[in-house]
Amino acid sequence: MLHRIVTLVLKELQTLLQDPQSRTILILPVILQLALFPFAATLEVTNNTLAVFNEDNGNESLELIKRFAQAQAFSELHMLYDETEVRDAIDNQQALLVIRFPADFSRQLAAGRGANIQALLDGRRSNSGQIAFGYLQEIIENYSEERDNPANRATPSRLVFRHWFNPNLDYVRHIVPSLVAIITTISTLIVTSLSVAREHEQGTFDQLLVSPLTPNMIMVGKTLPAMLVAISQATIILLAGIFIYHIPFVGSFWLLYASMVFYILALAGFGLLISSICLTQQQSFLGVFSFVMPTILLSGFVAPIENMPVWLQYLDWFNPLTHFIVIVKGVFLKNIGLPLLLHNLWPLMAIAAVTLGAANWLFNRQLD
Amino acid sequence: MVCLESVQKHFKGSAKPALTGFSADIFPGAITGLVGPDGAGKTTLIRLMAGLLTPSAGSIRIQGLDPIADASTLRGMIGYMPQKFGLYEDLTVLENLQLHADLRGLLGEQRSHTFNRLLEFTDLARFTSRFAGKLSGGMKQKLGLACALLGQPRLLLLDEPGVGVDPISRRELWKMVNALADQGIAVIWSTAYLDEAELCQQVLLMNEGQLLFYGRPAELTSRLQDRAFQIRNISGNRRKVLALALCRPDVMDGVIQGHNVRLLLRPHVALPDPREFNAGANAELVPVAPRFEDAFIEALGGGPGGYSELAHRLQPIIDDNDTVVEAVGLTKLFGDFAATDHVNFAVKRGEIFGLLGPNGAGKSTTFRMLCGLLKPTSGNAHVLGIDLKSSASLARQQLGYMAQKFSLYGNLTVKQNLMFFSGIYGLKGRQQQAMVDSMTEVFNFQALLARKTDTLPLGFKQRLALACAVMHGPAILFLDEPTSGVDPVTRREFWTHINGMVEKGVTVIVTTHFMDEAEYCDRIALVFRGQIIAAGTPDQLKAQVATTANPDPTMEDAFITLVQSQPNPDLSNPAPAHKATS
Repeated sequence: MLHRIVTLVLKELQTLLQDPQSRTILILPVILQLALFPFAATLEVTNNTLAVFNEDNGNESLELIKRFAQAQAFSELHMLYDETEVRDAIDNQQALLVIRFPADFSRQLAAGRGANIQALLDGRRSNSGQIAFGYLQEIIENYSEERDNPANRATPSRLVFRHWFNPNLDYVRHIVPSLVAIITTISTLIVTSLSVAREHEQGTFDQLLVSPLTPNMIMVGKTLPAMLVAISQATIILLAGIFIYHIPFVGSFWLLYASMVFYILALAGFGLLISSICLTQQQSFLGVFSFVMPTILLSGFVAPIENMPVWLQYLDWFNPLTHFIVIVKGVFLKNIGLPLLLHNLWPLMAIAAVTLGAANWLFNRQLD
Repeated sequence: MVCLESVQKHFKGSAKPALTGFSADIFPGAITGLVGPDGAGKTTLIRLMAGLLTPSAGSIRIQGLDPIADASTLRGMIGYMPQKFGLYEDLTVLENLQLHADLRGLLGEQRSHTFNRLLEFTDLARFTSRFAGKLSGGMKQKLGLACALLGQPRLLLLDEPGVGVDPISRRELWKMVNALADQGIAVIWSTAYLDEAELCQQVLLMNEGQLLFYGRPAELTSRLQDRAFQIRNISGNRRKVLALALCRPDVMDGVIQGHNVRLLLRPHVALPDPREFNAGANAELVPVAPRFEDAFIEALGGGPGGYSELAHRLQPIIDDNDTVVEAVGLTKLFGDFAATDHVNFAVKRGEIFGLLGPNGAGKSTTFRMLCGLLKPTSGNAHVLGIDLKSSASLARQQLGYMAQKFSLYGNLTVKQNLMFFSGIYGLKGRQQQAMVDSMTEVFNFQALLARKTDTLPLGFKQRLALACAVMHGPAILFLDEPTSGVDPVTRREFWTHINGMVEKGVTVIVTTHFMDEAEYCDRIALVFRGQIIAAGTPDQLKAQVATTANPDPTMEDAFITLVQSQPNPDLSNPAPAHKATS
């Protein structure tokens, strides 16, 4: 039995690695994502244009504008002079953000009263707009604090930020660990589901079914190669993260790889499920695609899970990537131990049991 | 009509030219056959004439015009029906016609007139609203033909119109094409069925890009006059008689025909004594008419001989005269359509049992249930007394399976395929290596071991598929259309191996739509519309339909008569498209 499974695995690896084309498909995305993602997928906002409509022209507003101009988020600063220009600046996407000082801004402040500033954001670029607005808010807050508390008086209390596990808020530290999880996801799904579909297409699947191999052995023979491929890809990214992007790996490799095995099992179950429904490689590629998109979008990699509707948060429990991203980041950046890890590991085990069980059931039923 | 002058075609990246030195003239009012096995270059030649490829050397003139330079003039004159029908399966019959008419700019009165004429001609008028994908093979070809005829072509190029068509529809198709030729159209009909060649006015016999013969088919067969014989009244084992005969230097080729053995002698040899073949005291040698296939075999230098090294190396299986495969009330429903309908038969050890029938008749479904690939809706299929659907790896270890498309791993090398298939059947270590080496010797794979299977010629793929199916020494061999598309010499070689293995006690279940291949079987079940409509030895089936007008019917005659004698043989009923028969 062991020999037969080894034969299956060997065949699968030969198919995958012998062909220059399929070799490229396995290696190229890893390199590309590794090279591009950490730079392109950053959430920092830099090099934008800020437009200011200053009806006030008092000292206070000029001082604030000066400070805005120094912010890294904005490389350009446009001055606007009337209402229509404000509208145009947003409409034509000339500026991400327009700040408007009312005519009595400095006067109100001088009188010791509060004064309002209007900020207009481009809702089409809501995310960047929000973040840029955050920077401005910080500047404004700092400024008003300084005004209220001249240097000779001590501030009664003040918030001091320290970002743990990522002190410089470097987005590479968010992206690369997630990338480990995402690449594992894609390659496991593609290797399992496409290889079964290819056998359906070539007619070799029948050949396997009439042989003494049992459906279970065929499943193992499809899962193990996917695991080998996915783990080696993940290792490449891990090493690149540590040695090229200089992200400190603080956790235990052993824990990371052990959880990875369960994650791959859970995904292989999905991949085999997809493939047992699809008859051609084209169908199963579409199947994988329509599974991968929501999996990644809802995993917490793109948007925080806490922001999703509650029912979706419950549903997201069944998304293995959600758990695995937490695990990878936890082990990579925070050195979480097994007790904490188990919190996200047991759902992976449960999902793997369910999907592999279902795939097994479908595989056995395929003789229908 | 068409002048070919030493036409050559070389595809980039392939070692051999696809066509070399083709010179021929094609005349209007006649059917010209392009005859040869897969890979002979038939499609390439047709595509060259249709102006879809440029010749590497030589010239093609259609009524003096160049198919590429004068494409716009010629387009209206040429009707082209490609191999895969060129139909849109998701459009109805009428929509397909309309689309092709639009493309050809056929409008108004002329259009409706043409439609009526063609629908009547092809007898498709009743099915205009049916989806093309739901038509039977024969009807698809007729629709393809109708689409090709829309522009009223003077040259009609038909690429393998006989594939996937049952014998009855095939005869209808020939009648239609003959009618077209009578109207003065030049028809080119490409085919891998050598018996179709005899129906053509002239043929281009081709193999692996070589033109072997150009002329009237009768001219070729007349050369073989007085060289074809049948050994009749054989009292011994006819397979042994054939094997013995094929090993003789004076015998060029031989096949089994029911209880008889048909031989083609080499030129200028003395008539052998039938008793020399161990055929028993009553055996007699009867002269028969030479066939086109004989001519092809001769052109290829004769058959492969009667000795199977493969069978020689196999362990003999003890003949216990047991029933090894049995179908009892075997039924498979797809929805309310019965693909297999209460089929019963039993196969004894050491028998060759054939399931014969047109595409979509249900032989594939029956076959797949027998080898455990499909669960019967009711009834049972037993192999070695075990129900295969309840798995039982042990029973499957006893099976060899070889499918239609030679399901090998195309991107693995020959050696890797051999290692894989021996490995999953539990061979390992030195034993595995010895078996792989043995197969390499038997089938001459030495030079090919590192080649990717996809790049092999079809004949070698077929040999490799056979090798992969028998390495574990199976007691039962399941063969699903095992020789479709290969040349007759390779097919002979294949049957030599099968016959040799059967002599060693292997049981063979084979599906085929080649009528002459059915002659190799000990017993045949004729499958039609999910049922076995006749069963027996090939001779019994033929005897059933013998008449005074046709005292010696062929297998195809038997097939057609038996099918047509069925109540309400509504052949226009399409084969339902479901995945099991694909």
